[in-house]
Amino acid sequence: MLKNRVLLVLIVVGLAAAASLSFVTHAPNRLLSGQGVSWAVVLGAGRWLALLPALPLVVGPFLPQRRAAHLLIAVSASALAAALLWLAGDVAIRLADPSTPSARTAFGGAFWLIEAVVALAAADAVQRGISNPAARIGFGAALILPMLALIGGGAIDQLSIMKEYANRREVFATAVATHLAIVGAMLLPTLGIGLPLGVLVDRRARLRRPVFAILNIIQTVPSIALFGLLIAPLAGLVALAPFLRQLGISGIGVTPAIIALTLYSLLPIVRSTAAGLEQVPSAVVDAATGMGMTPAQVFRRVEIPLALPVVVAGLRVTIVQAVGLTAVAALIGAGGLGAIIFQGLNGSAIDLVLLGVVPLVAIAITADVALKLAVTMLRMRSG
Amino acid sequence: MITFEHVGKTYGDWTAIEDLSLHIPKGEFCVLIGPSGSGKTTTLKMINRLIEHDRGRILFEGAEIRSFAPEQLRRRMGYAIQSIGLFPHWTVEENIGAVPRLLGWPKSRIRDRVTELLGLLALEPERFRDRYPRHLSGGQQQRVGVARALAADPAVLLMDEPFGALDPVTRDTLQAEMLRIHKASGTTIVLVTHDIDEAIRLGSRIVILDHGRIVQSGSPREILAKPASDFVADFVGREDIGIKLLSIERVGDRMRPGEMAEGEPIAADASLRHALSIFVARGIDRLPVVDQSGTVAGAIRLTDLTGAAP
Repeated sequence: MLKNRVLLVLIVVGLAAAASLSFVTHAPNRLLSGQGVSWAVVLGAGRWLALLPALPLVVGPFLPQRRAAHLLIAVSASALAAALLWLAGDVAIRLADPSTPSARTAFGGAFWLIEAVVALAAADAVQRGISNPAARIGFGAALILPMLALIGGGAIDQLSIMKEYANRREVFATAVATHLAIVGAMLLPTLGIGLPLGVLVDRRARLRRPVFAILNIIQTVPSIALFGLLIAPLAGLVALAPFLRQLGISGIGVTPAIIALTLYSLLPIVRSTAAGLEQVPSAVVDAATGMGMTPAQVFRRVEIPLALPVVVAGLRVTIVQAVGLTAVAALIGAGGLGAIIFQGLNGSAIDLVLLGVVPLVAIAITADVALKLAVTMLRMRSG
Repeated sequence: MITFEHVGKTYGDWTAIEDLSLHIPKGEFCVLIGPSGSGKTTTLKMINRLIEHDRGRILFEGAEIRSFAPEQLRRRMGYAIQSIGLFPHWTVEENIGAVPRLLGWPKSRIRDRVTELLGLLALEPERFRDRYPRHLSGGQQQRVGVARALAADPAVLLMDEPFGALDPVTRDTLQAEMLRIHKASGTTIVLVTHDIDEAIRLGSRIVILDHGRIVQSGSPREILAKPASDFVADFVGREDIGIKLLSIERVGDRMRPGEMAEGEPIAADASLRHALSIFVARGIDRLPVVDQSGTVAGAIRLTDLTGAAP
């Protein structure tokens, strides 16, 4: 009878959240915590019809495990996620009152939990229903489109997170750009140092232990401490050689952030490069050498292509880690989404925090999925 | 073709090869055999400089192998190993064409050569050309490995236990194909094995090594009939020596032409060992012999199996 246990668990969690937490909250201003808005208000006047896409999900655990059933559940989940977003935006529009412009309607715990559960249900259904990795990602991306359309169309503009966004449009765009720029800039020294170091560690067994010992120690230093530790030496350096200031180098800001992120990123990159080269079968290298390839040819034609999937897998870890750490770098004035988050934390403005966190998570997930796809494609090619 | 002159190789205080002298003439199928640690693989790998010798001289076509750049030397020698070592990210065609590509052959010539070699190793060219190694069975992989080693018409083919990891049936088929390829191409082959039956079947000469020295070298018949020492006698399988001798001779060589006999006939190119098996299994002492066309050519008696060949 029960065919899909995962989905059933998700549904139970979603219903429990709906019963115990509020869907949206309303507060007279952004600093006060809001009062929950009842489901009766949210779903009144026939709005409950928007929840119809939930039906296939509820019967989903008992449907036969066929491709069509999985796709139905995925599409229903996408529709339900959009419907919930629309319902929240709709309540906010109804509660909006021009006479109290500082009043705020915000997403409540139930909204976040149910959306999370719906997203997991969709991901699980796509996983079960589609086997080709590229098609899986394409379909999954398409499922997000209805929500993006609602946000773009202004359906949730009266919700507090979008109000915060409207107040900070420019700052937000700059923060996203800075964030991506820092992560991008970090990749250059990381790959420039990490890849050769990984090759060196693979070739010289003696170096393995000391190199990894140092990289591991760096990894254990808390990020805030590492950012802080770099301020003094960099400031001293600039004092000694003032021309560095012209290059934009200083004790605080982007320079120490990139240095610290590079230091953190070296461990995963060096480790995956060395591991990638190590798992190249020695028989293949033996055959390549024995047939008359020069060492450079063996490296370029055999070792690099066979090590690449592992190296890219390490790059995936590195980038996702760097996206998160860059937020902390805002503490030393590097900017980025972290700046918005800390501003929100200092002002106890949760919606402002979310304005920083939501795109941060989106960037991390996008990078993760894209590189995971790259690894899968590389693996399929190199067996 | 290849000459070892008082060659030695030492690792620290362990002598892997001690004063080894050996001449392998052009066209020979030379099998190096010995127990583990006897130096047979070291000897093979010294030929293409995967291992460098440190005493004596090794000559290839009359010149010391150190006078060639290692890569140039290796491209003139085919190399096949037990673990095969196909490139998993390359198709069968790209694997086989690896050395020709290193040598800068034009594409069309490589393609033709791949087609020819796949046919030679009984792999349908159009079916296998674009496959990846992971889609091949172990036997098919080793066929591709052998084809890759033969691709650039090497002057010598070096094989390090090439059939060691295959099941007995596949190994038997590939051994038969190696004999056919050797006969057809006349390529000089040096093969390392620890399987005495493989050595007897394939080798035109067997070189038995122990502790880095040659303990006996000669044709399979010489080795079996006159083992030079107790070690060799034990190594070739003391109590099976007679059976093994029978396995290298053909029924046709001892047949009595024109004589008639009753019963199911045996082929003239079957081994004497096969004939003995039939005598024992059927409890008879004479067998009709048919030639390749299937016509009766004579008979063989149980007593013909013993004594010197006529």
